[in-house]
Amino acid sequence: MELLGHYNYWITIVLAMVGFYIVISSHNLVKKIIGLNIFQASVFLLYISMGKIIGGSAPIISEGTQVYSNPLPHVLILTAIVVGVSTTAFGLALILKIRNVYGTIEEDELQELDR
Amino acid sequence: MLSGVFSLLMAGLFVTLDAVDVAFTEAAVGGGITTVLLLATISRTGETEKRNPAFPLIPLMIVISTGALLIYGTSDMPLFGDAIAPIHQHVSPLYLSEAQNKTGVPNVVTAILASYRGYDTLGEVTVIFSAGVGVLLLLGSKRRRDENAV
Repeated sequence: MELLGHYNYWITIVLAMVGFYIVISSHNLVKKIIGLNIFQASVFLLYISMGKIIGGSAPIISEGTQVYSNPLPHVLILTAIVVGVSTTAFGLALILKIRNVYGTIEEDELQELDR
Repeated sequence: MLSGVFSLLMAGLFVTLDAVDVAFTEAAVGGGITTVLLLATISRTGETEKRNPAFPLIPLMIVISTGALLIYGTSDMPLFGDAIAPIHQHVSPLYLSEAQNKTGVPNVVTAILASYRGYDTLGEVTVIFSAGVGVLLLLGSKRRRDENAV
């Protein structure tokens, strides 16, 4: 039980490593952005799962509820989701620009063209 | 498409973890806007991707070793759902007990977001604004040059 109690961190780490693997192994820039998004989602999951209390309820004050989950990680992640989307949009705009200038979005071909 | 499904699953997971506000945002923003942006980009850059000839052995090894190291590091972390974990000890009880009286909002997440941590939200809006300006600068100049070329 002591060992299995950390399973939320393990799921987070597996998700993060999937995203990390996509970022470093694929040559397509769009795929790299998708990998970054998955990595980002794993960080969200880490924060939210740390705020959870077993037996607690959502942090909306109501009658007859004593235990609430921690609201602070929720606030931080709400901000992070929106910031993440705007950085994703900026990255995709950069990719479109690269595509227009170089005609390709494969990383190795870009390095070949720059040589 | 898969990105949308992924965001939806994440949103469902957040609901089970009691983070309903985060789930709303993830479903709307992650599932909606990100998917649309990705699809728009893919439709402009072409759907085919060139296969890498070599099997990516080095990335795989880096990822596995990093993951193993991180999992080893979690052994000191507090247990999942533990009510006496350090994260629940400091400011959160204060927020939970005071937020409704001080701000008049029963939803503590909203109270913290808009009142206690209002400057965070201001910074977030700044980031969105600068990202929007950046996107417009990157994609708008292309259109102007095309018009000049024609």
